[in-house]
Amino acid sequence: MSFILYLINGISLGSVYAIIALGYTMVYGIAKMLNFAHGDVIMIGSYVSFVTFSQMGMNPILSVALSAVICTILGMVIERVAYKPLRKATSPLAVLITAIGVSYLLQNTALLVFGANPVSFTSVVNLSPLKLADGALVISGTTLVTIVLCLIIMACLMLFIKKTKAGQAMLAVSEDKDAAQLMGINVNATIALTFAIGSGLAAIAGVLLCSAYPTLTPYTGAMPGIKAFTAAVFGGIGSIPGALIGGILLGVIEILGRAYISSQLSDAIVFAVLIIVLLVKPSGILGKQIREKV
Amino acid sequence: MKKKVLSLMLVASMAAGLLAGCGSTSASSSSASSSDSAEAEAADGEVFKIGGIGPITGAAAIYGSAVRNAEQIAVDEINAAGGINGYQVALQFEDDEHDAEKSVNAYNTLKDWGMQILAGTVTTTPCIAVTDKTAEDGMFQITPSASSTNVIANDNVFQVCFTDPNQGTASAQYIAEKALGSKIGVIYDSSDVYSSGIYAKFKTEAEAQGLEIVSESAFTADSNTDFSVQLQSAKDAGADLLFLPFYYQQAAIVLKQANDMGYEPTFFGVDGMDGILTLENFDTSLAEGVILLTPFAADATDDLTKSFVAKYEELYGETPNQFAADAYDAIYIIKAAIEAAGVTPDMSVADIGTALKEAITTVTYDGLTGTGMQWEATGEVNKDPKGVVIQNGAYVSID
Repeated sequence: MSFILYLINGISLGSVYAIIALGYTMVYGIAKMLNFAHGDVIMIGSYVSFVTFSQMGMNPILSVALSAVICTILGMVIERVAYKPLRKATSPLAVLITAIGVSYLLQNTALLVFGANPVSFTSVVNLSPLKLADGALVISGTTLVTIVLCLIIMACLMLFIKKTKAGQAMLAVSEDKDAAQLMGINVNATIALTFAIGSGLAAIAGVLLCSAYPTLTPYTGAMPGIKAFTAAVFGGIGSIPGALIGGILLGVIEILGRAYISSQLSDAIVFAVLIIVLLVKPSGILGKQIREKV
Repeated sequence: MKKKVLSLMLVASMAAGLLAGCGSTSASSSSASSSDSAEAEAADGEVFKIGGIGPITGAAAIYGSAVRNAEQIAVDEINAAGGINGYQVALQFEDDEHDAEKSVNAYNTLKDWGMQILAGTVTTTPCIAVTDKTAEDGMFQITPSASSTNVIANDNVFQVCFTDPNQGTASAQYIAEKALGSKIGVIYDSSDVYSSGIYAKFKTEAEAQGLEIVSESAFTADSNTDFSVQLQSAKDAGADLLFLPFYYQQAAIVLKQANDMGYEPTFFGVDGMDGILTLENFDTSLAEGVILLTPFAADATDDLTKSFVAKYEELYGETPNQFAADAYDAIYIIKAAIEAAGVTPDMSVADIGTALKEAITTVTYDGLTGTGMQWEATGEVNKDPKGVVIQNGAYVSID
């Protein structure tokens, strides 16, 4: 019985990783850069929701929506101010270092504005827990909502990319930026859109994360950000279904490893599995092998 | 050109963000104290310079702020009453963000200021780093709240609080004595000396007391946001009392997740649990019935506690926690030791240190956190712990 519970908790944690990993994987697929500030956008999103929902008493759905809008704008601003000017830089390291800089900027700004004391986050999900098998199996409302929401987001995103012009443009830019430009696709706008979607989703992931694990500090986004990046690499960076599979596997391995192997080694187990996967399949589970043309 | 300007602006704004971050904390911590030191020096050429170090920002900020506030109250009281042996006292407090490296930097800053006695540091891990520095300099150090035995490895360091082993032992004895639970689950932080130190002694003593530990699981600093697995295994093992020897931020998550999964054992915490009621936006009904061992209860009715609590509430707008009480005592213990040793501010740091560490073992001190407190030469304190239970969002003494 507890195995089922661990599994569900793992899938729920993995769903959060998957939503965050989407931001990493889409940006990498299209702009070929690692946006290390992504984890901190999660934290900003959580604080927006904390202020509007917990402190001002706004409707929870409205508060999450507002937080997604603010993070979308934040993501676009970061892209426009910090990354776009460096897109033509000779070394790809320049933009990587800038991303780390933006990450620290966001963390320290949050420290100034919200202070360093942790705050307790009220869950935005107000569903009573699901009790199965005479109370032996209790699944919290947050867990259920997280899993369902993750699946909905994935489905919508896949549809968006398959069915809309903007989605097709994203695919084209990820294949070949220069050729896409020649075909009349606005590459800059497409990249900005990618950041917007990724950051909006980060806000939702942040709220779900803090609803399940209710302390919020300016450093809240750092560790989930790294885990989600791992999930993206695990599933094959650049691939959207890969982010889903990578995220959920990571969450399940983490929770099961903690339950059955050692509660202290859970992170080590996660990363050991990652190393093995990458040794066997260097591009990740669903990653494509791209042959370099000379 | 445009790109250059933009990236320069970005760099500048990032630098400004970082600088603003550091600037505001150090300014706030030193502004209050520097005016005091100026005042004190004006009153008399010679002052005792006491330094304090602790986290005013960062995850453990609640402890450092409490210590800083209470040390300031004690120093102001002493100065208003004529100082120690006629000498005024100056206090300067530096932030260490609960980080060992920053704590050593703070110590060096205070030494530049002329610190003669250190009333700190607040948390264990940074304190261990700083004790090696004070031992090198022969400085007398008394920590209000760093509770590991590693803290007092050097003979110049003394504690106001219990050592971790004492807390672990006392917790097990208390649980057995009051028959609070028969099947015990433990969750502890294996990456933290404080938590694992208490746990180790608790386990030994629990076995000696005939308590059955049915479930024990650990977490680390990198996995301290999800306790569902640990709680589930405690629930499966049928634990009716859950011992939580770690800090209140994690305890808040444990209480929430236990509530989510419908698990209601008796929760038993140690002094790190202190602070949970003042966590912003925390639903205090979750903490209802939580028992913790702490040497200080703000609702105690003795005159010393009442006057301290009233003063603290008036100045800082919140009820002082145990850390504040420890810090207040620390300053008065320094005063008692100075009076017993008869040292003067013009002596060297090492001479003051040597004299005080002899003198403190002869002192018997009655304070907020215990009566008849006495010190071993090892640095350990002897006093009795008190149990408090959280009822209607406030601490209530059990005894």
